[in-house]
Amino acid sequence: MEDEVFTNISGKPISLDCQSHSSFCREFTVSSPKVSIGKVTVYTCSVWLVAYAVFFFTQNTAVLSSAILVTLVGMMLHIHFVKIDHESLLVIGSLGIQVSSSYASGRESTTFIEMSKIKDIVINEAIYMHQIIYYLCILLKDPSDENTVSSVVPLFQSSKPRLNCLVKVYKSCQEVLSKCK
Amino acid sequence: MVLKVFFPQCCNRADSGLLVGRWIPGHDSAVVLAVIHYPFIPGQVKQYIQQMQAQSQVELSVLGSWSLPKEGQESMESFLRDLSTIFPKGRWLQISRQMGKMGFTCHIVNRDQSKICTEEEEERVIFVHYDQRKVMLSQLHPAQSGIHEPQSDAPSELRQMFQTVAHSEPLFFLDRYDDGPLKSTHWQSEGREASIIVELLKQASVPLCLLVSWLLSVWTWICNLCVYPVRFLSTKLSTCIQLSYRTEHMTTLSSPNPAATHTHFMRKANILVSFMVDVALGMLLISWLYRDNRITVVANTLVPAADHVAKELDKLLQWLMGAPAGLKMNRALDQVLGRFFLYHIHLWISYIHLMSPFIERILWYGGLSACLGLTFALSLLSDMVALLTFHIYCFYVYGARLYCLKIYGLSSLWRLFRGKKWNVLRQRVDSCSYDLDQLFIGTLLFTILLFLLPTTALYYLVFTLLRLVVVLFQGILHLSVDFINSFPLFAMGLRICRPYRLAGTHYHMDTTVCLSV
Repeated sequence: MEDEVFTNISGKPISLDCQSHSSFCREFTVSSPKVSIGKVTVYTCSVWLVAYAVFFFTQNTAVLSSAILVTLVGMMLHIHFVKIDHESLLVIGSLGIQVSSSYASGRESTTFIEMSKIKDIVINEAIYMHQIIYYLCILLKDPSDENTVSSVVPLFQSSKPRLNCLVKVYKSCQEVLSKCK
Repeated sequence: MVLKVFFPQCCNRADSGLLVGRWIPGHDSAVVLAVIHYPFIPGQVKQYIQQMQAQSQVELSVLGSWSLPKEGQESMESFLRDLSTIFPKGRWLQISRQMGKMGFTCHIVNRDQSKICTEEEEERVIFVHYDQRKVMLSQLHPAQSGIHEPQSDAPSELRQMFQTVAHSEPLFFLDRYDDGPLKSTHWQSEGREASIIVELLKQASVPLCLLVSWLLSVWTWICNLCVYPVRFLSTKLSTCIQLSYRTEHMTTLSSPNPAATHTHFMRKANILVSFMVDVALGMLLISWLYRDNRITVVANTLVPAADHVAKELDKLLQWLMGAPAGLKMNRALDQVLGRFFLYHIHLWISYIHLMSPFIERILWYGGLSACLGLTFALSLLSDMVALLTFHIYCFYVYGARLYCLKIYGLSSLWRLFRGKKWNVLRQRVDSCSYDLDQLFIGTLLFTILLFLLPTTALYYLVFTLLRLVVVLFQGILHLSVDFINSFPLFAMGLRICRPYRLAGTHYHMDTTVCLSV
């Protein structure tokens, strides 16, 4: 299944893992690349160089220690709240859809949406910075009116895969959804 | 349709027996709540289930059988099938599991057609494993149900499942140490989850609540006795306002009937936690304040500080009486106003010096109010600041009154100047023909007032700014008091420590999907 190579919208390679537990239960996991050592080094070095420059003029050692603290805390916050390693979509026919994203630190945040609230899953277009991108999203029903869409839940927000990957996920999601209706 | 079976994780390794649970009406799903083990007498099982049903108001039934054969034990296929005749029900689940193998096997016996389902239908079964403890303790967002109920919409499947587990609490009280005829497995079967401290607190809270409510009733009776001036004063002093606020809190807390809804419970818990934090902070303040004679130090610095403020005000008035910022004021009025305010400061200083021997004692007793909480100490501080800067308030009132009078006079004389007047009956400006004398006097007065305006305006401006500084300080104090009073600490703590207790509109749950063969 993984012979195809997918990229995200900025051209970085990502991997898509489709697991089919049964005909009405499928799981899709999109993994983004790990944090590169080079990037970490560049950020750390730049913070420390700035701190050293300040230290050179002020001769205050507190600047250096605070720079170390800032880099450590910044890294922790980054892996705990910003950097998402895997994003997975678990579609269980007639029960619901579970969207979960696991952060680099191991923290997981999970959202479950019931099938009775879901109208459909579609691929949408959006203007992002100076380009047009495609994204997969879940359309939620308005509780008062069955035919209107009350809100949209975008999927794979951090990894942002390209259209070929989305189409693959979309087709197998629709297979599951159509079976259960 | 796909059949959904919600299966508790704790029963994964349970011994063979009967599955007790509930078919969710309107949906094709079953919630398994517990497993009752062999050997049992069917009559006792039926009686037990009826008893549980009466206690929990949940339609419980025997869903089917569960078999997990140990090594050397042969499977009891035929026996299990026979069981379905003892407990008549529309559908009979036959779930079995092999030791050391992944996955479950499920057969559905449909009683109506009295035949085992075909192979194709059998595959359409989903097992959802749930953590019974977390599901039982989680509180679904009540706002959602408030929207749903008026529309007479059937509650969704998962909501029903959560409610079923939450309501069947009495079922989970039977543990393995009970000597009764039945043995069952569920999340508490290793012994009931409880803590001695919590149970003791629960026992102690009832008399405590009674005592507190009695004290509160006495207190409110005293408050109602208060005559007019005291009541007027109590609306002005922030300590009294804080006191009434806390009284209201304590009445909510000490009401003997337990919280009905989740929101009500959360409100109570938040109030309790914020009250405790408040008292703890107050105790910290006391332990800091009453050590090393800090009260005396504070009292000794307070009088010189008041003196210093008075001296600075004196200097400011002298500056205003000269030519402030190069402005040329009306000298006579300037002198009169300046002397008046100087005399006022003099009065104030003598008042402070008269008070100075008692200040230490007042501070000592005032500091004790921190026992009731930091908020009381802060409101008392705010009141003391208000009392100590009373002269600034007076200056502001005099300045504002004078300025207001002058503006009124100027506006009515300006109308006279234009040959108009204010018609009180019709609430509008009418034209009017004045006599020559009236016009002459009016215009003269208008000119005088206009030329005196800058002097008054300057005094008004300076004293308003001074007053603003005091109000700003008091505002910060009140803000911190309100923050301590109303910060939802309990909800924050739950959010961090047990996020499943506050599940939102989107259900958070760990779904492990095991597949039927």
